Amino acid sequence: MRVSLFIACYNDALFPQTGKAVVQVLERIGHQIEFRPEQTCCGQMHWNTGYLREAVPIIRHFVQVYRDVEAVVIPSSSCVAMMRDHYMKAAAMAGDAKLAAEIEELLPRIYEFSEFLVRKLGVEDVGASYPHKVTYHASCHSMRSLHLGDIPIRLLKQVRGLDLQPVQNMEECCGFGGTFAIKNADVSSAMLADKVRNVLNTGAEVCTAVDNSCLMHLCGSLHRQRTFVRTAHLAEILASGHESVSGAGV
Amino acid sequence: MSEVHAIEWNRQDFPDAARDLLQNSQTRKNVRHATDVIQAKRNKVAAELADWEELREAGAQIRAHTLRHLDHYLKQFEENCIRAGGHVHWAADAEDARRIVLELAQRHEAREVIKIKTMTSEEIGINAHLEAHGIQPIETDLAELIIQMGKDRPSHFIAPAIHVNRAQVRELFQREMHLPELGDRPEDLTDAARTYLREKYLRIKVAISGGNFLIAETGGMCIVESEGNGRMCLTLPDVLISIVGIEKVIPRYRDLEVFLQTLPRSATGERMNPYNSTWCGVHPGDGPKEFHVVLLDNGRSPILADKEARQTLQCIRCAACLNACPVYHQTGGHAYESVYAGPIGAILTPQLNSMKEGRSLPYASSLCGACYQVCPVKINIPEVLIHLRGKIVRQDQATLGGKFSLWNIGMQAAAFLFRDASRFAMAERMGQIAQKPLVSKNGFIEWMPLTLSGWTQTRDLKAMPEQSFREWWAKERASRPHGEQASGG
Repeated sequence: MRVSLFIACYNDALFPQTGKAVVQVLERIGHQIEFRPEQTCCGQMHWNTGYLREAVPIIRHFVQVYRDVEAVVIPSSSCVAMMRDHYMKAAAMAGDAKLAAEIEELLPRIYEFSEFLVRKLGVEDVGASYPHKVTYHASCHSMRSLHLGDIPIRLLKQVRGLDLQPVQNMEECCGFGGTFAIKNADVSSAMLADKVRNVLNTGAEVCTAVDNSCLMHLCGSLHRQRTFVRTAHLAEILASGHESVSGAGV
Repeated sequence: MSEVHAIEWNRQDFPDAARDLLQNSQTRKNVRHATDVIQAKRNKVAAELADWEELREAGAQIRAHTLRHLDHYLKQFEENCIRAGGHVHWAADAEDARRIVLELAQRHEAREVIKIKTMTSEEIGINAHLEAHGIQPIETDLAELIIQMGKDRPSHFIAPAIHVNRAQVRELFQREMHLPELGDRPEDLTDAARTYLREKYLRIKVAISGGNFLIAETGGMCIVESEGNGRMCLTLPDVLISIVGIEKVIPRYRDLEVFLQTLPRSATGERMNPYNSTWCGVHPGDGPKEFHVVLLDNGRSPILADKEARQTLQCIRCAACLNACPVYHQTGGHAYESVYAGPIGAILTPQLNSMKEGRSLPYASSLCGACYQVCPVKINIPEVLIHLRGKIVRQDQATLGGKFSLWNIGMQAAAFLFRDASRFAMAERMGQIAQKPLVSKNGFIEWMPLTLSGWTQTRDLKAMPEQSFREWWAKERASRPHGEQASGG
């Protein structure tokens, strides 16, 4: 299958290793990857902060870039949630019937990374090996919008050497929430403190998730507290320890 | 609106009020513990019903249907209530409602009134209004009594004293009820409250309540409760005055089938409320001799007119969204500076105030969606929060200060960059360079200026690596034919 990678703006700038990992995993299981350099952002930050009018041209841009793809894979569940939950509303708000029709046509071909592996391709074992103690944080959008359920956990369970440690209150928000982390910095920090305590209680070396936004938030506190617990996107774990591929700098 | 307000709300924006409350570790501990307990019970009893999701859907549809035809059902309720011997009063705003209730109490020469826990009475500030006119309101719900005696503010719809623990209640009762020997076992505290209240039920002739449901086809009402204080207030006094929001009507008696399953499970984690009272008008020799319903608008009608936000009025006040909310867990209800706290309060309060007060509340959410997941009438609270944020942004952009605020300038600039990849890529390259003075030796940003300092007060930020993904792709992959394996980067 020819798969187009939408990396998401913040991953592009801050977490390029996640994109490389997605490329590596999908190529390893025999798919062709393309990256359209015209891509920018899904519009989530503007939309969720209330800049609704400003989000519409960003959404239109996304749809123009991807309308002819076979499949778009996105290593960020909140971006996929933005598309599934809000794109049609944005088109309706803009009164743009053509955009609405294009969105409706494109949406079934948009996948979150782990969802693409398990639901679309039926793959759970991607041949990864990662001999570390790992805990998984279920991001809000992955649970409540995409309903990924145990998909990421099923993928992690197939990774050789990986010791998966359950975290208490796995489904509770880490307190990131985009601009919430800044507009309500104190409450966000208090939520993060609870989440970090639960992560530390697992004794894991690595905390993973399907969203780097949560992981960036968690890492911010884990690093500030000098805990030595690392964060890694699920794709990076799934790309690990495969000898037949020389590695894409992961 | 009049000047009388029972409680001072909306004095601070949410971030400031929350900052103060976060310092109170006892309150945080009380709230966290109580919400965890209720939430766990709720999850257990909701999971027992195989048709839970269908019940939520049915509840949502009944409420949405009623709101679309609210004029019809309210008129039907009024006709049937009057036919059954009740009196119906229409209150356009809080002032109207206060005037109506005061006149009724005065007509019956009441010096005291007993009250069942009611959100609408908090909303209109009836207690202060009655007190100002020499009538003493007495709360009979245990938690409301604690709030009233402690001159405190309620912080939760169902458990208004959720921020107070047992030891604190004991101290309060010892002091206010003059019981220096009072123990701190739950039985001791409820015994003290029971003794205090019993005499009042028997003596006081006017009661004030809210209402869970108005039933259009019968003109009857329904109130559910846990303590039995409600049943006392609904049956013993001569006069009953119920203050109910206009949105609380349901079409048929049998619609209760849905809500009497979903409401108790969502609210207190009980399969059924211990006390379920339904009544219709007045009956000689049985219950109150006079029954008045005050139908309260007070800012509800304009919400009906907003297609995106109308679902706000589907709320049946179960407070499941408060118990599920990770923001509420941290701050408790007082941070919302509003009668209605938590996620539903964050959408209801600003709308009831025509988006003039409570404007920080739609931002008091990480949009995690836990509220929507538990809502028994499927109010998509995150969706409404975003809709209200949109309204606030537009209002702000219409002012000079808003237009030139850091937020607006930043978001306009970002929108400009995101419309074109070459601009975005250029911004990434500039960011890689501009961040350098801020990056510590360990590769993290530990301090940021202005608004962004909110992040770095408790968190480091990973610096941008020297190469973005798109730069890597352009360098390593773009020139190669598709499908070739990566060879390192």
